[in-house]
Amino acid sequence: MCLAIPGKIIEIDPLNTTQALVDVVGVRRRVDLGLLQDAPPVAGDWVLIHVGFAMSKISEADAADQMRTLKMLGEVAAAMEEVRGYGLENDFPDPSPQKWTH
Amino acid sequence: MKFVDEFRAPELIAKAGEEIRRLAAANRHYRIMEVCGGHTHAIYRFGLKDLLPENVELIHGPGCPVCVLPMGRIDDGLSLAAQENFIFAAFGDMMRVPGTHGSPLEYKARGMDVRIVYSPADALKLARNNPEKHVMFFAIGFETTAPSTALTLMRAKAEGLKNFSVFCNHIVITPALRAIIDAPDMVLDGFVGPGHVSTVIGCQPYQWIAEEAGKPVVVSGFEPLDILQSIVMLLRQLNAGEARVENQYKRVVAWEGNPAAIRAMDEVFELRSEFEWRGLGFIPQSAYQLRSSYAQWDAEQRFTVPGVRVTDPKAAQCGEVLRGVLKPAQCRLFGRECTPEQPVGALMVSSEGSCAAHYNYGHLKPITISSAAAAR
Repeated sequence: MCLAIPGKIIEIDPLNTTQALVDVVGVRRRVDLGLLQDAPPVAGDWVLIHVGFAMSKISEADAADQMRTLKMLGEVAAAMEEVRGYGLENDFPDPSPQKWTH
Repeated sequence: MKFVDEFRAPELIAKAGEEIRRLAAANRHYRIMEVCGGHTHAIYRFGLKDLLPENVELIHGPGCPVCVLPMGRIDDGLSLAAQENFIFAAFGDMMRVPGTHGSPLEYKARGMDVRIVYSPADALKLARNNPEKHVMFFAIGFETTAPSTALTLMRAKAEGLKNFSVFCNHIVITPALRAIIDAPDMVLDGFVGPGHVSTVIGCQPYQWIAEEAGKPVVVSGFEPLDILQSIVMLLRQLNAGEARVENQYKRVVAWEGNPAAIRAMDEVFELRSEFEWRGLGFIPQSAYQLRSSYAQWDAEQRFTVPGVRVTDPKAAQCGEVLRGVLKPAQCRLFGRECTPEQPVGALMVSSEGSCAAHYNYGHLKPITISSAAAAR
């Protein structure tokens, strides 16, 4: 719950621009961009995610730092479990989670 | 040192350690509180204490929301779970936290519909997908998670979703700091400010700590180098007799925070007149409740909640540890009656609690009854 997870925005839902497909170390899940609407991010941006919501935009280097911090803290498994859990497992069935569901 | 060696820029880490030893005046003892449970975890995990001289002491703060949640709130939330067609949804962190009659996981084993969610948005989705059931999200966390709950409630309201509610336990960090600072036995010299909470609220809410209490605050990142640099910045201020709020974590934290997140919280939440914290007791205006405009989605207004109060066991000295008056191992229960497997006090409940971190990372030194007694 207190983990800050870095992810890269792959695609923004054209029908609802507060929703994005975000890649976290190869796992793709829907993440909510509703709290960044003052300066909406675009595809290719990196964000820090808390409980399924992007909370801040960061640089790619900071994203790498944050991933390494999680690794050092022994929390990568917990972070990936959290990310896989977004969308209750069935939203973007791996390995090709490309379709938007509405 | 072994964890530090694996890390980025070990030479800079060594330099920061040297700088701290150089700055720490021999005739002074510095007591610095790291507020955030994530910092506590990192300090233990990276063995950062080994880099600090003896007169620079780190005190572990109240920043673990699972730890400070009173057992009565868990009992209240779970009391609703026995209703027909009712789904109790909570973050995984809550699942093993004991209530008086068991943890959420144990309630699940008894047949209640208890679900782990990783996002409040997923609890909302459960409600959409199960229109014949009521879904209650048991919300916890500081300002890091509160905006996500707020935005989820705004979505529920916009959709007119009627089978969803939130049992709100969101807490606010600065009133807890005020309670610690105002305590008569206050011993702290400065604060390592929380990183992720500050991405939301910014640095301004700590200004009173510098201006009124005269204590410096440095908002910090989570890497070993971040934490050591923050300690350097604090020691520089303390040696110069200054008290300012500084931002070490500028690459993520903006001074003004995230205004959209603050607006979402303001739309949905208002401060409770008071809220109980394990280890610290009742603290005025230290938690959020839903505004009356969201009463329909407020589990506490919608259902009858028993209002259970479970007082902290008197023998547990969580309050003294939280205020830095005692070290975790100096509590009379530490490592004997109170362990991470059988937590008695708040700080053993989650791995980010200072006592659990102290216990788990092998810093447990045998203490005798007499040394514990001498410490009191």
